[in-house]
Amino acid sequence: MNKTIWTIAALALVLTACKSTPMNPAKVEDSSVTRPMANANSNAGADSAANTDKINIKTVDVDTSKDELSAAELAKRQVFFDYDSDAIREEYKGLVANHAKYLVAHPQTKVVLQGNTDERGTHEYNLALGQRRSVAVKNALNVLGVSDSQIETVSYGEERSKQNCADDGCFQQDRRVDIVYAGQ
Amino acid sequence: MIKIEMMNTVVKHLYHAFGHVLFAMALMWVTALPARAALELEISGGSAIQIPIAILPMAESASPSSTSRLHDIISNDLRGSGMFRIINTSGMPALPTSASQIKYTDWTALKAQGLSLGEVQQAANGNIKVSVQVMDVLRQTALLQLTYTVSPSQYRHVAHLIADQIYEKFTGQPGAFATRIAYVTKVGKRFTLQIADYDGFNAQTLVSSNEPIISPAWSPDGSKMAYVSFEKKKPIVFVQSLYTGERKIVANFKGNNSAPAWSPDGSKLAVVLTYGANSQIYTISADGSNLQQITKSSAIDTEPAFSPDGSAIYFSSDRGGRPQIYKVSATGGTPTRVTFEGGYNVSPRFSPDGKYLAYIRNDGGAFKVAVQDLGTGDVKLLSTGSQDESPSFAPNARTIMYATRVGGKGTLATVTVDGLVRQRLSEAGGDIREPAWGPAQAAPK
Repeated sequence: MNKTIWTIAALALVLTACKSTPMNPAKVEDSSVTRPMANANSNAGADSAANTDKINIKTVDVDTSKDELSAAELAKRQVFFDYDSDAIREEYKGLVANHAKYLVAHPQTKVVLQGNTDERGTHEYNLALGQRRSVAVKNALNVLGVSDSQIETVSYGEERSKQNCADDGCFQQDRRVDIVYAGQ
Repeated sequence: MIKIEMMNTVVKHLYHAFGHVLFAMALMWVTALPARAALELEISGGSAIQIPIAILPMAESASPSSTSRLHDIISNDLRGSGMFRIINTSGMPALPTSASQIKYTDWTALKAQGLSLGEVQQAANGNIKVSVQVMDVLRQTALLQLTYTVSPSQYRHVAHLIADQIYEKFTGQPGAFATRIAYVTKVGKRFTLQIADYDGFNAQTLVSSNEPIISPAWSPDGSKMAYVSFEKKKPIVFVQSLYTGERKIVANFKGNNSAPAWSPDGSKLAVVLTYGANSQIYTISADGSNLQQITKSSAIDTEPAFSPDGSAIYFSSDRGGRPQIYKVSATGGTPTRVTFEGGYNVSPRFSPDGKYLAYIRNDGGAFKVAVQDLGTGDVKLLSTGSQDESPSFAPNARTIMYATRVGGKGTLATVTVDGLVRQRLSEAGGDIREPAWGPAQAAPK
């Protein structure tokens, strides 16, 4: 059996159990589901899980079927930034829009936007830079209709950065905003 | 899981005063470690003119055995200041322990200007009595006669007090040896806020957490520590009393709460809050009441520091594009720019005498400690690392401690304001960062 299909089917199972917030698939893959219900979400328009390697399954969160958001889309929770910048790059605008859709459809759901920076610079100044990044994501969510009351912007600055990075590929991973749903 | 380790009565008091708060803080605990040399002192450089002085072993009949001898501690202090040359006395046939035994020709031959000697005796109630005389070798007169009757646990502190007296007598400036520092260690994923003597001895842990701790700030009287803890998954400003263990949240508003800085009278703190937007500076009473917004900009305003007279708050801001240091009245108003040299200056810190401003400059991609003479405006780059930060003045304004990285490891370093004397304090097995030099301490009673 195709491993991807098993994973997506397992995801769908967990998403069914989840009423208010999307789950992180990284954890789901470790779950001990042995008999996934491949057709649990078939009524939401997903292709059936046929025995083929080529089939392109789109899993739909049953809670948000109207939004036509895939679990995989909502599972992306990190927005990365350029050095010394709080501009949301073109490639992350879709990701932010997906979360905006979800939050507009679920006005009781709350998120914390956690800004982060690489380790270069002082702890407090980096805290402020990380905050500016989380505010940039918040502003983007606001424009798409998400209420301020659903969002808290905080910063970890450089406190969760990798240390002793040797190149920008390493630093890059630290320059991000993590979107964290309440209760997770 | 809560773990309370009680190593001494201070911690018991901490626990009794604060048990309920501790229980509310999962995965945090307060401990005190037994006195030990957590930090290693390395010294390099020295002043052009060093005062030659002999610090003789004392006649010690009642000293704690688990530490360096008194004269070694005094010698290390004075040598580390860069202002003294300690005369080697190991070849001397007979060392005097009282003034009447001194053969001054022995010491003039060694070009000693000063000579310290004395004794440590048992006193009542388990105390020890430390008596020291410091002689002017050329005039053959006593410059200092000092006596301290203290608990044996104060042995190292007394040595630092004696060193302070000798330093002041010969240089005309107060010493800063009987002082303490605060810093944050990170070992594995665990953060601790510690205080120790300035030389790293007698380290004690104030707070321990699995989440980051940053920005420790001593209250002006040395009795309390403000700091930022991420224990609730966001930065919150706490104030903790060192002696009662009372731990209070001073600022926990929506968004970030960080960068605490005490006013010189200890009545209030400058803090940085964000609510839903960018970092701005506020003042708040030390009990968490009377919040007032000081800066109002769409830029980053952070790292506040009160001027020593309390009238102004200096801070870092990128309101002009690149980060620079600005000042504003401590009651608010229109800020004015302070730094103009260099494209990136942050983390302003005053010398206690108000003569110097230390800050961090990004010098071609390397972050270094700079010091500006506020009288002349002259700026000097003092540090040699590439990721130096968190400058903090000694109470006597002669030395700046800062965080640096050596071999990929967080380390503390000191440099004198003239750039001539450098020391390094490192801890085996972990990172040390965020140093804060405490105020001058009163003599033990």
